[in-house]
Order: sequence, then C-alpha cells, then structure tokens
Amino acid sequence: MVTVTMTVNGRQVSKEVEDRRLLVDFLREDLELTGTHVGCDTSQCGACVVHLDGKAIKSCTILAAQADGTSITTIEGLANGAELHPLQAAFKEHHGLQCGYCTPGMIMSGVDIIRRHEGQLDEDTVRHELEGNICRCTGYHNIVKAILAAAQEMHGEVRQAAE
Amino acid sequence: MAQDGIGARVARKEDKRFITGKGRYVDDMRVAGMKHVAFVRSPYAHAKVGGIDTEQARNMPGVLAVLTGSELVADGIGNLICGWMVHSKDGTPMNMGAWPALAPDVVRFVGQAVAMVIAETRGEARDAADVVAVEWEELPTITDPAKALTDGAPQLHPEAKGNLIYDWEIGDKAAADKALSEAAHVTRMEIVNNRLVPNAMEPRAALAQYDAADDHFTLWTTSQNPHVARLVLSAFYNVAPEHKLRVIAPDVGGGFGSKIFIYPEEVACLWAARKTGLAVKWTGDRSEAFLTDAHGRDHVTVAEMAFDANNRITAFKVDTIANFGAYMSLFSSSVPTYLYATLLSGQYDIPTIHCNVRGVYTNTAPVDAYRGAGRPEATYVVERMMETAARELGVAPPELRRTNFIREFPHQTPVIMNYDAGDYEASLSAALSASDYAGFGERKAEAARRGKLRGIGLSCYIEACGIAPSQAVGSLGAGVGLWESAEVRVNPVGTIEVLTGSHSHGQGHETTFAQLVAERLGVPIDNVSIVHGDTDKVQFGMGTYGSRSGAVGMSAISKAIDKVEAKAKKLAAHLLEAAEGDIEIADGEVRVAGTDKKLGWHEVCLAAYTAHNLPEGMEPGLKEGSFYDPANFTFPAGAYVCEVEVDPDTGHTEIIQFVAADDFGRVINPMIVEGQVHGGIAQGVGQAILEGCVYDPESGQLITASYNDYAMPRAHDLPSFKVSTTETICPSNPIGMKGCGEAGAIGTPPAVINAITDAIDNNDLAMPATPEKVWRALRAGATPMRQAAE
Ligand code: FES
Ligand code: FES
Repeated sequence: MVTVTMTVNGRQVSKEVEDRRLLVDFLREDLELTGTHVGCDTSQCGACVVHLDGKAIKSCTILAAQADGTSITTIEGLANGAELHPLQAAFKEHHGLQCGYCTPGMIMSGVDIIRRHEGQLDEDTVRHELEGNICRCTGYHNIVKAILAAAQEMHGEVRQAAE
Repeated sequence: MAQDGIGARVARKEDKRFITGKGRYVDDMRVAGMKHVAFVRSPYAHAKVGGIDTEQARNMPGVLAVLTGSELVADGIGNLICGWMVHSKDGTPMNMGAWPALAPDVVRFVGQAVAMVIAETRGEARDAADVVAVEWEELPTITDPAKALTDGAPQLHPEAKGNLIYDWEIGDKAAADKALSEAAHVTRMEIVNNRLVPNAMEPRAALAQYDAADDHFTLWTTSQNPHVARLVLSAFYNVAPEHKLRVIAPDVGGGFGSKIFIYPEEVACLWAARKTGLAVKWTGDRSEAFLTDAHGRDHVTVAEMAFDANNRITAFKVDTIANFGAYMSLFSSSVPTYLYATLLSGQYDIPTIHCNVRGVYTNTAPVDAYRGAGRPEATYVVERMMETAARELGVAPPELRRTNFIREFPHQTPVIMNYDAGDYEASLSAALSASDYAGFGERKAEAARRGKLRGIGLSCYIEACGIAPSQAVGSLGAGVGLWESAEVRVNPVGTIEVLTGSHSHGQGHETTFAQLVAERLGVPIDNVSIVHGDTDKVQFGMGTYGSRSGAVGMSAISKAIDKVEAKAKKLAAHLLEAAEGDIEIADGEVRVAGTDKKLGWHEVCLAAYTAHNLPEGMEPGLKEGSFYDPANFTFPAGAYVCEVEVDPDTGHTEIIQFVAADDFGRVINPMIVEGQVHGGIAQGVGQAILEGCVYDPESGQLITASYNDYAMPRAHDLPSFKVSTTETICPSNPIGMKGCGEAGAIGTPPAVINAITDAIDNNDLAMPATPEKVWRALRAGATPMRQAAE
C-alpha cells in the first residue's frame, strides 16, 4: 500500500491505495469521479484521458502512485462553475457526441491539442493528433468540427485579451 | 411549426451530462455492499471441462465465493436461447445445441466462461480467477464455415450433425436456373463478407442485486432492450420471475447490435446475486469484449446475376454459407435469412431471385446482428455484382443501375418484401452531382500525374427497418412481436413525461422524441422529458435496434398523443363552450378557431386533474398509452459515392471524398440524422479497409483480440463526409419516417471496394482492403474482372 496525495480538480486529496492502483481506477473508484472512462486495456482508445499538470495523459497508463504530488484535471473539473469550457460547448453545438462514452477523453485530448497549437489548427492536424482517441459513434466528422470551432473561439479570445 | 419541432436542428438535451462527465453508465453504479465478479474463461477453442479445483482461489484475499457451471445447471438455470425459429427447406426445424451460461462440460470458443469468482475488489476477483484450476482436455477445432461442413470436420454439437444448423432457401430455384441458362450475360462472383467485432466503446457490464426481504431482483445492464432482457431472463433462464425483476439500462455507451442480446454474464450475475445474497458487479474489459461480444457478418457467398441483351436483370441466384460461431445467439438465425435474403432485390426490378443459406457452427464467438444485420451483407453482394456487371458489360455503373431501378410503388419483390415508397433516381442523381461524378476523369488524370491511382465507386442500397409487423414476423419464425409501446403523461402543470419502450444509447431520443411532442402539443421541448430504459417505469417495450425507434417507437408516441389531444380538446370544448371540432392546440394555447376564446395549455391540464368541471362521463387526468404495431417494414434507401486514391508503391488507400444521399422519409432532427450517417459510414469504411476479425485456423485462438491487433477507424483514416437527404414520405406509419441508424454501415462497404477495385483495375479484392492486399492485387497484374467476363 502507498499513500498518494494530489490535487484533483482544484481539491487536494490524499488516500492510501494498492501499489498497483492505476490512476484511472483511483479517480473512478476512490474519488468517485466516473466521468473518466475505460474503453480498453491496451492504452489505445483514449477514453481515460485527463490532464496531469496541464498535459493530456492516458490515466489507464500510469499508476496512482506515479501521479503523487501532481495536479490532475478531469472532465468534471473542466467547466468554470456553471459555465462550460468552450470545447464542451462546441461538442454540444456541433453534435460531436452520440453515446457520450468517448466524449470525456475526446474533450480532454481536444483541449490539449488546442493548447499546444494555440488555436492555429487545421483539419489535418486535428485528425492526426486525435490518433490516440477512438470514437465508435460519430465518425469523427463533428468532433473535428467542434475542436476547430473551439480553437478559433478560444484563439479569438486570447487575441482580444492581448489587445 | 413549433420552433424546436419536426425538422429543427435542435442541440441535444442529453449532451450536458455527457460533456461534463455526469453520464451514468453501468460501471459507474455502486450499491451498498457491492462485490466484484471475474469470470474464469476457456483458453481453448474446443475442450472438455474436467474437474474444476476452486480450493486455492477460495483462499485468496478478498474472495467470497467461487461458482461453477455444474452448480448453475443444478440450480435449474436454463440454457441461452435463440428467439427466431428458422426451418430448413425440407421442413425440419433448425438444429440448436445447448448453451449454458457457465459451461459445465464442454467449451466451444476461446473465452467461454466456466466459473465465476466473487471478491471484495475487482483486482482480487481477477487474481483469484487466475488460479482456478480447470482440467482441460483439448478437442479438435474448426473455424472455417465451409470446411466445417465437410466430412470428417470436428463436430461441435450432437444436435447439429455435420455442424449444419439449417439449409434454408427462398425464391424460385428452377426459374432462376432457367433464366441463367438463357441469359445474354451472366456475372459471377465469390464474395466474402468479413467478420467484425462491434466494439461499442463502453464494454458490457452487469450489476445484479437481490433483496431477500422483498424477494426482488434488480439488474443494471448495458442493454439495448431492457424489457426483452427481463422477458428472456424470466421466461427462459429461470433466474428471476418477471414481476419480481427490474431491469435498468441506464446510459449505454453504444450498442450497434452487440447489446441487443442477453449474455451469459448477465444470467450468471443474477443467479449469483440470489445464491450468495451479495450485490455483484461485472465489468468486461476490452479483451473480454473481443472474445465474447457477439460478432457480426461472416458470410461466404457465390452469386450469379443474369442479364438480357438490353442489360436488364433477368435473375439473381445467391448461395451463402453463414458462420454462426459456437452457439446460436438471440437473433442470429434471422440475420442471414429473413434480414438478408429478403433484401437481395436491392433497388432493382428483378423478376426471379433464389437464395440458399446454410448456417454453420464453428469454434468461434457467436455471431449475431451488427449494425444493419443482414442488410449490409445483402447490399454488399448486390452492389459488388452491379458494379462488376457494369464493367463487364461496358456500361457506366450509374447507367446499369438506372436501367434496372424499380420506378413504381408499391413494389412486390420475389423475396417477400413489399417496398412501399421510394425514388431511387432522386438519391442517385443527388449523389452523382454532389460528388461531381462527371468530372472524375479529369481528377483521375491529375492524380496519375502525381503517380496516384484514383478510383470511384458507387453503391445504391436499400434496407428494411422499423422491423415489423408482429403478425408478419411471427409467421417468419420470430419469437416476439415487434410493436412498440409509449405512454404520454401530461402533468397538472402542463409539463409532459413520455415513457417509451425504445432505448437510447447514443441516438438522441431525449431530444428527437421531445421534438415530436413539441410539434404536436405546442409546448417547448424543455417542458418534455423522455423516460426510457427501466422496466419498473416503462410499461413495456421491445427496445432499440434495426432503426426502429423512430418509425415504430415514435409512432407509438404519436398514437398516444392522438389520444391525449382528443381528450384535451374534448375538455377544452366543454370549458370554452365550443364545438370539439373547432378546438386547436398550438403555441401553448388551446383555442377556439376563428375566435379569441382560448385557454392556456396548462389551464386545460390543470382542469383535467382538478376534475371540478369535466364533461359528462370523462375520467380525470390526462395520461394515455399506446401499443403501436406497424403496417409494414420501412424502406430507407440511398446512393453513396466513394472516391479514393491508391498509392501504388505502398497499396495504401486514401478516401478522398465520400458522398451520401439518403432517403429516410420524414426527418425530425437533421443534425442528429447526419450524425447517425457519419457514424455508419465510419463503420462501413472500417469494414471495407481496416477491420477484420481473425481466428487462427489451427488453434481457434482469436488473433485480433485487442486494439493493438484489430484496426479500428481513427480520425485520420476518414475524410469529412458530404451527406444530404432526399425525401419520400413513408406511407406505413403516422410520422412518415423510415429510419437512419444503419444506412451508413450498409451503403458504404461496396462503395469503397468498388472505388478501390476501380483504382487498381483488379476486381479480386477482399475486405478489409489493407495496404498489403491492395499492393498484392496491384502486383498480381491480372485483371480478373475482365477474365471473368463472358
Ligand atoms: S482506457 Fe486508457 S486508452 Fe483505453
Ligand atoms: S460518442 Fe459513442 S464512442 Fe464516441
């Protein structure tokens, strides 16, 4: 057993867990944050993507103990109170989800893609960088649209703020 | 029209919980005292089960119980059933082997469960499952369905001699043979429809609870049809009586057919909950999904199509072997028969059709309905034949189709179906113009200058969905009726709850169903909530599959609204002292036409419940139910055009453009319909160029048992799609809808393969058309499509 301490969605948590506890199970089982999903056992599907210190990672691929001392954001912590993150809003507006199972991972990956490219995105880049996330429902068409739309909106906001 | 009524692109009401991580899927559920289940699964494709030593497992940390197949059988738990009886052409009923939920004596596919462990945590359950010691005695295996039919092949079930489940036929063989012998031209092909794994992103899960005080069971499960699950679990598997079992299918992360069926794990968990008194949860992992979810497709077909001198089809003859896997799953028998052979007329006026189907057992996972279920297999055969025939005859592919289109409706095909409405020319023209089919030659030449091979392929599909009517499907062997039920509950304040027997697992019913109510009763969609997926709330239902939720489920709602509307009008007429025929309901008001006399909708609703002033003899309340049984199947149809570029050096195919023009009848929410088409196309492209389920022919091991080995379509494998709809109203239901859920998966594979074979000028290409296969086909040099020409 090992004690892990981390900040999850802005709240500090500390728990004793089995050495082998995966971060995703820690989030889902110990913290009851079930928005992060498990879609595979080979780190291929991306349903489990969360942000660790601001970067997208597959939470099924690291141990809870490895995340000790870090700051984690899950889909539950992405919105600003009642105000949706622009990418969450874009997924709804552009019908970027159907069953919703891949969606938390998609959104967390999408936010990271937008962050890394500072909104300078094209369809090809988005499709390429979504390689680690599988959606069986949407055919990706609307997911790509949503990410591009949010990137533009967020980039626009950044520019405005800078002016 | 109400602002958010029929035809509006309303954003989905259900999205908020999914985009904020608040969806509630089965694995998210926890109940007090809940324990965890892991199954002990066979590592062999065919083996006798000797002794099972559970001693060591029982002593592992956290372990509470280990249960085996012989205990399950001793407790009288029934075998899994196939609910659709098909008879062979000699009149004998299909040969069905027994399928116990935990195998007590023989296993017949890798992954079949023989025992289950219940422990405090999931990890402990899995650790203990690993040390359950089973004495296996390996038996010879067979995975190829054609070989399974040969003399001396390993035998799976004593009930099915020669591994033959049935030898079924439809249509007129003698007439087809005669037409073939007299034809001006015959196109012949051997066509394989590759086996697929449905791969809904949410793995299957079951949480079972038994309340001894009330003698009551609850099962949360990843199901497309909770009422059917309850019916089967009670009536056949004996795990709980129907009136004491509540089945809840909460948010479900995709189904595509794979969650229609009632699986061994659900049966075993319910049984174990009662036996041990513990609430138990099992959540499959992806490997278990690959091994044990019902697979799809897997046909081997020889087809012959006869043409006269005017390029008109005179006969179509099809011989298919369908691989059913090791056991007959819930609907499996109907898929290669009534859902397949009855669609072999496609969009064409074919005077004579004969189809023979042999269903075969092999040592592979059970095969059942997967998005489209039989219709994709039929369309693939018909549309590969049409494109090939066009090439052989030297006719442009759209022309050959036009020559043979059905143009008058209703149209009775020689294989049962009676097409009620359609305009195949309209969707073909729309697809050709959206894809600039005419300008293809130039694009091909331009690609050639870049060293690329460009091809274009067409597919004109038809499907039969909204499966029904009950009497008809009953006469074909279905064990259930295929109506749908609904209840419309208007509350005293005028808000509305709709209870439906359909189940939404991504299709957006909470929005589209509310749009229908908004349209009909003039209330905002936010005042409507849709209740589904819980047998204790919804009176009854048949669930969601075969694109039936709109055409059948919404029709049931429409019928219930008719009754609500009639009662509300009668009450309003009484209150307003007007004639019933003059009352109209719109925009939240109930008005007397041509006057300024009116009441608010909520005032009428309240009056129904205060019941202070009702017309003579009227019962209080405003709540009506309906069971709707459709008059006919519905027949969505469309035309797809795929344009590809093949890299001759690598064999890699890039889809440059994909155009779909579909006729779904009345469209409620175009945004959601487009989304359904996108998803279907992605699965169709997956089947055509990426996905294939492979078993090792010697050992029966599943080689493609993870996402490392099974190629799922990813974002960069696909283009953005151009989709649009044409519209002929379906005359068979009150809304005029046909259904859109499966179209993409049906129409896409032949369009893609027709495009690639066009690009490489070699017709000998099987799905999935991986770079390696395409590269080899290119280097084979031959062009069998011309060699085959007569
Ligand atoms: S669950 Fe983490 S990648 Fe699939
Ligand atoms: S929305 Fe269902 S898997 Fe993506």
